[in-house]
Amino acid sequence: MKFTKNVIAIMSLVALTATGAIADNPKRGGTLVASLTGTPRVLNPAVQSGIVTGLVGSQLFAAPLRYDEGWNPQPYLAKSWEVSEDGLSVTLNLQEDATFHDGTPIKSSDVAFSVKIIQEFHPFKSMFAPVTSVDTPDEHTAVLNLAHPHPALMLAMSGQLMSIIPEHIYGDGQDPKNHPRNNENLVGSGPFKLVEFVPGQHVIMERYDGYWEEGLPYLDRIVARIVPDSSSRAIALQNGEIHLSTFENEPTIVNRMVAADGISVSNNGYGGIGPIDWLAMNVTRGPLKDVRVRQAIAYAIDKNFILKAVMRNTAKDALTGVHPDSPLYNPNVNAYEFDLDKANALLDEAGFPMENGKRFDITMELVPFPGYKPQTEYIKQALSKVGIMVTIESVPDFPSWAKIMGTMDFDMSLDSVYNWGDPVIGVNRTYMTSNIAKGVWSNTQGYSNARVDELLDAAARENNQDKRAALYAEFQEIVNAEVPIYYLNAVPMHTFYSDKVGNPPVDGIWATSSPMDKVWLKD
Amino acid sequence: MAIFRVLATRLVYATALLLAVLVLNFTLIHLAPGDVADTIAQSMGGADAEILAQIRADYGLDQPFLLQLGAYMSRVLQFDLGYSYFYAMPVTDLILQRLPATLLLVFTAQFLAMIIGVVLGVISARRPNGAMSHFVTFFALFGYSAPVFWTGILLLIGFSLKIQWFPVAGMRDVTVIGGVWTHFWDVLRHLVLPVVTLSSIFIALYSRLSRATMMETLSSDYVRTAKSKGLSQYSVVYKHALKNALSPVITLAGLQFSAVVSGAVLVETVFAWPGLGTLAFQSIIARDTPTILGILFFSALMVIIGNLLTDFALRLVDPRIRGKQ
Repeated sequence: MKFTKNVIAIMSLVALTATGAIADNPKRGGTLVASLTGTPRVLNPAVQSGIVTGLVGSQLFAAPLRYDEGWNPQPYLAKSWEVSEDGLSVTLNLQEDATFHDGTPIKSSDVAFSVKIIQEFHPFKSMFAPVTSVDTPDEHTAVLNLAHPHPALMLAMSGQLMSIIPEHIYGDGQDPKNHPRNNENLVGSGPFKLVEFVPGQHVIMERYDGYWEEGLPYLDRIVARIVPDSSSRAIALQNGEIHLSTFENEPTIVNRMVAADGISVSNNGYGGIGPIDWLAMNVTRGPLKDVRVRQAIAYAIDKNFILKAVMRNTAKDALTGVHPDSPLYNPNVNAYEFDLDKANALLDEAGFPMENGKRFDITMELVPFPGYKPQTEYIKQALSKVGIMVTIESVPDFPSWAKIMGTMDFDMSLDSVYNWGDPVIGVNRTYMTSNIAKGVWSNTQGYSNARVDELLDAAARENNQDKRAALYAEFQEIVNAEVPIYYLNAVPMHTFYSDKVGNPPVDGIWATSSPMDKVWLKD
Repeated sequence: MAIFRVLATRLVYATALLLAVLVLNFTLIHLAPGDVADTIAQSMGGADAEILAQIRADYGLDQPFLLQLGAYMSRVLQFDLGYSYFYAMPVTDLILQRLPATLLLVFTAQFLAMIIGVVLGVISARRPNGAMSHFVTFFALFGYSAPVFWTGILLLIGFSLKIQWFPVAGMRDVTVIGGVWTHFWDVLRHLVLPVVTLSSIFIALYSRLSRATMMETLSSDYVRTAKSKGLSQYSVVYKHALKNALSPVITLAGLQFSAVVSGAVLVETVFAWPGLGTLAFQSIIARDTPTILGILFFSALMVIIGNLLTDFALRLVDPRIRGKQ
C-alpha cells in the first residue's frame, strides 16, 4: 500500500514538473543581474530614448499600457481605456492605488504633465504630435484629445515610449533633459525604484513595495551591470555572474550561447523595437537615379549568402521597411531572388553597358557599427560580378558618418534602423518627402513618391486596422519595387538568459524595454 | 635657490604646455565632421532636425568656433572643466569618479611588471645564452606581441569560465554584502585578471630593457674590478650592477605614466573595468568634447608629474645625476 502511494506521489510529481506546474510557480525574492551594453545617458525615458535607457527606465517608470505577443494592448498603469468613435480622443482610466516611489498618488495631472514633457523633449515627435490637449476630469481619468485620429498613439503609450513622471518633481522649472533627479534621488512610477546609478559600472534597483499590483514585483532587486564587450557578457552569463543579457546580435556569440548548457536563447520580443539592416541608396545621384540600376543591385546580391554565411542563420529575412514581426508587415512583395542575368539585363537596359568587365564606379560608406564589415565586403564583391565597382569609404566614427548621411553626401551605405513600435514613429521618417535630409535616420535617400506620401499620411490617421494594413501593404509594395533601400535582414536581436530565470522577458513586443515585474528567480 | 628657479621655470613651461594642449585639441576636435548632437541622436535611436538643432543650441555648438573656444578656455582658467554632453554630469566629477579604478589597475600592473620584469631581466642577463634566458626572451616576446584583448579573453575563458576562480567583469560585485575585508577581497578578485593582462606587456618591456642594461653593466670595468676584488656574485650583481642598470628602467616607468589614460583602454573594455581608459575611448567615439579635453588635460598633467617624479627618482638612485644641477 505504502509502495503504491509512493509510486503515485512520484508519478504526480513527475507529471506536475513536466507540465510546468511546479517549475513555473513564481517565487518572491532574489537579485537578478542583467547586463547593459553601455552607460545610459539619462535614466528618464520621457526625455531620452534608446535601448540602454529603456531597460532601466522601464523598471523605474510605468507606462499606461503593455503589449502582448499578439500586439494587443494590455492594462498597466491604465486599468482600462476607450477610444472615441470618431477617433479624436482616448480616455485612460488609471489604477486608483498607484503611487510614485515617494508615496505621492499618481494622478491624471501627472499623465497630462508627462505628455507635455514628452511632446517637448522626446526625440520621437510623431508619437504625440496630434495630441492637442489632455483633460483631467478627475484624479484617475485622463482624456487625450487629438487633432485627427492617431492610431500610433496606442503603441506610443507602451514600453519605454511613454513614462509617467511626477509633476511635483519635474515641474520645478528646471530643464527636464538635464534635471538632477533624472539620475539621482529619482522618483519613478514603476515596479522598481532606484538605489544607485554609477555611470560606467551599474544601476541598482529594488522592489517598490507600494507597487499597485498585489504581490509584484517578484524580484527583490535588479542589478544592471554595464559590460560593453559582448564576449565578456557571454562568459559572465556562462559562469553565472549575470542572469540576463539582451539586445545581443553577434551571430557567432548567438550560436555559442545556443550550444551552451544552462542558457536559453530567444529572439522573441523585439518586434516593437523592430530593428532592420538595409542597404540605403541615394536616389538623387549618378546611376542610382535609375530605378533599374537599383533593382539590378537587389538582384545581384545573394540574400541567402548573407543570411547563411554572414548572419549564420541567426537573422530573419526582411523584405520591407516594416519589421517582419509586425502585423503590418507585407511579405507578398518581390523577394529579388538572386539572378545575375536579370541584373545584367536591367543594367544594359538602363544604359550602362559592360566594358572590360566594368559598367560604372560607385562608393559605399562603411557604417561605423560593430560587425557590419562582412556585409559591406560581400556587397562590394557581389556587385563587381555585374560590373558595378564599389569603393568602400571608411569613416572614423558615428558623427562623421551621420554628417555624410544627413547631408546626403553618399552613394550607398549599410544602415540599421529601428521601427519603434508603430510605423508612424520609426518607418515614415525614412520615406516621407517632407523628411528628406533632415539629419541621420531621416529620408537620407532623397526618395520621393507622391503616392507613398499619400499612403503614409492616410495610414497615420486610419483607425480601422484592416484598412490601415492595406494602406501599409501598398506602401511596402511601391517602395519594394522602387528600391530606394534594399532590405537585408531583421537585426538578429536575441535575449540570453540563465535557466534560473522564470518568466523571462521574451514575451510581448518590447523585450526588456518593458517592466520585469513578473520575472522571478528559481532556486 | 637654484632648485626653486628650475621648479618655477618648469611650472611656467608646464602651464603653457597645458594651454597649448587644450587649444590644439579643441581645434582638432572641431575640425572633424559631425558633433555630439549626432551621437546623442544615435543613443536615442534617432532625432529629427528640430531636436538636433535644440541639442546644438543647448550646448552652444551653434556658436562660432572662436566664441566656443574662448568660453571654454575662460572656464578652464577658473578650474571648471565643463559639463559632459554625453554623461550629463560635470567633467571633473566624471574624471574623479573613474580615476581610482584606473590608478589601482595601472599602478598595480606597473608595480608587478617592474618587479617581475627586472628580476627576469637580471636572471637572464647573468647567463645570456642559458635556458632561463631563452625562456625569458620567449615569454617577453609572447607577452609583448599578443594583443591584450586576446590575452584578456583567453584568461577569461581559462580562469573565469573553465575553472571559475575569478569574476569576468567590473571592479566589484554589488551583490556582495559584508565588511571592509569582504569588499577588499572582492575588489582583489576582480583585479587579478585585468592586472595580469595589462602587466603582460609591461613585463616584456621591463625584462628586455633590464636584461640589456644589466648585460652592459656586467661587462663594465668597475664590475670586473669588483669581481677581481673577490666580492660575492650576489654583492656584485645586486648591490653594484643593479643600481646602475636601473636608471633606464626608471625612465621607462616615468614614460609609462601616460598609460594611466591610454594603456588600459582595451583591458578596461574587455574586463568592463570602470576606469579612465574606457571613458576616454567612449568620449572620443561620442565626440563629447568637454570630456575628451578634460581627459587630455589630465593626461598632460600626469605626463608632466611623471617626468618630475622620474627626475627625482633618478637623482635618488644615480649619484652622477644628483651631482648635476
